[in-house]
Amino acid sequence: MTIRSESIARLARPTRRAAPLGAWLDRESVFSWLMMAPPLLFLAAFVGYPFFYGILLSLQDRPVAHPGTFVGLKNFATNFRDALFWRVAFNTFLYTAIATLLKMVGGLALALAMNQQFPLKNLVRALLLLPFIVPTVLSTVAWMWILDPAFSVLNWFLIALGVPKPGPSWLGNPILAMASIIVINTWRGLPFYGITLLAGLQTVPPELYEAATIDGASGWQRFRYVTLPLLKPIILIVTLFSVIFTFADFQLVYVLTHGGPQNATQLFATYAFDVAMGAGQLGLGASIALAMFPALALLIVVLTLYLRRG
Amino acid sequence: MVTGYGPIERVVRLSLPVGLFLVLALFPFYWMAVTSLKPNAELYNRRVMPLVVYHPTLKHYVDLLTQTSFLTWTWNTMLVAVVSTAISLVFGVMLAYPLARMRFAGAGLIAMTVAAVYLVPQPLLFIPLADVINRLDLGNTLTAVILTYPTMLVPFCAWLLLGYFKTVPKELEEAARIDGASRLQTMRRIFLPLCTPGFISAGIFAFTLSQNEFLYALIFLTKSSVRTVPVGVIAELIRGDVFYWGQLMAGALLGSIPVAIIYSFFVEHYVAGLTSGSVKG
Repeated sequence: MTIRSESIARLARPTRRAAPLGAWLDRESVFSWLMMAPPLLFLAAFVGYPFFYGILLSLQDRPVAHPGTFVGLKNFATNFRDALFWRVAFNTFLYTAIATLLKMVGGLALALAMNQQFPLKNLVRALLLLPFIVPTVLSTVAWMWILDPAFSVLNWFLIALGVPKPGPSWLGNPILAMASIIVINTWRGLPFYGITLLAGLQTVPPELYEAATIDGASGWQRFRYVTLPLLKPIILIVTLFSVIFTFADFQLVYVLTHGGPQNATQLFATYAFDVAMGAGQLGLGASIALAMFPALALLIVVLTLYLRRG
Repeated sequence: MVTGYGPIERVVRLSLPVGLFLVLALFPFYWMAVTSLKPNAELYNRRVMPLVVYHPTLKHYVDLLTQTSFLTWTWNTMLVAVVSTAISLVFGVMLAYPLARMRFAGAGLIAMTVAAVYLVPQPLLFIPLADVINRLDLGNTLTAVILTYPTMLVPFCAWLLLGYFKTVPKELEEAARIDGASRLQTMRRIFLPLCTPGFISAGIFAFTLSQNEFLYALIFLTKSSVRTVPVGVIAELIRGDVFYWGQLMAGALLGSIPVAIIYSFFVEHYVAGLTSGSVKG
């Protein structure tokens, strides 16, 4: 008994006497800020600082390896008068809009098809996600070979089906090149939509379908009035995610077409890269990258608020 | 729901669409594998049926491993992915734990900032970052990418872990606090051991994202000895002549395998992370 109370006293002592430093460290706010300080400082140094430094760069004439001179909004004015800049803006919006739409519709179809019982379902789901897992550059290289001008396997099929030789020049024709990058972006992003929506579908209570069926709803009506409204929040979040990263896409286009032919597939990210890293004009390049910011900021704010509410 | 489909309806509603999605998803990988095994004579012959290999050969793999720096790139990629994943998990916990468990002024603002930073795509930052890396004299070092990858991975891990931490019951921590453990001890000894599944999810994601990263690696790493697989493949295996596709496909396939293996072991965690990121928020 005495031993026990003694040990309790020993345990209790530090908290009662409260070595001032220990007690201070254990305050919620102190503990939290001390804990968060290293990662926050890291992010401030490598995200916050570059972000504001990028704004500063965009206001400078800054050739690579030379000191910059302040030129005000001249870079933005140059972009504004540059037909190529508007072409890039158009390309980026077109690419984002069509690829997002395809991913949304295809992803929903995939989720609905997968939302049935069948053998090896988990294996199939794992395989379907592969395009999303494998490094984009490497799968894009495979697509490049599938669309190769001379040895395209796709054209081999088309020719076998009667299309005149040598078949379409997928990456040489401006419209086909744009279509190609849209399809490949869809190929890679669709599983993300599909599997996420599938997870959403699985949370829909089966009683709702039963009730709708008893009320005489057809398959389409069950989808339209039960499934779709319940999936709406998830569709919205996935779409915002996907729009942000499609809008700022770089890898796929850089590898597959380098923005060509004749800038037909040039997007903001690849154009900014060419101007800053290729032509060595860091200031002008930064201003092109920043041109993405208004649209991105809007999307990011909407999604951040939405995620918080959820 | 009524599930008694007839066999024909089952084909139309299940086998056909699922089969089609599978073929579309997997064909590029099949094509990588087939191409990498074909001898050049077969590869560049437009008359033979291209979908099968008549005379399989490992020549392209042997050439890839002996004549290029592919193994060095693989080692670099792994090193960078492991180190930046580790950094990101530690920093992610340091952000997520207070946000999930503590009440303090500014918590909401920090949580929003972390979410917003997670959504900032790299092309918005790469030009100023390139200048920063140059001024730090880190060009052509793996440190350059080990420092910059966590800029996207830390907010991501923090966000994913925050969601996971909130699902862990508080009682054990409260008991530990009553027993006199400090907050740090409570976190390290009691709380974190309960969160292994969350760490696996976040870790796999961070690992695959690091393996996938291309833009920073392309800008910061221009010497063959420090390159990662994606950059090495693009910069050094695509050459002027035509006859490189076998080696290129071998490289693409070998480069994909580490991610695919890790993914296949933890696919359930991966899917859980994927869906919790957007579903649970």
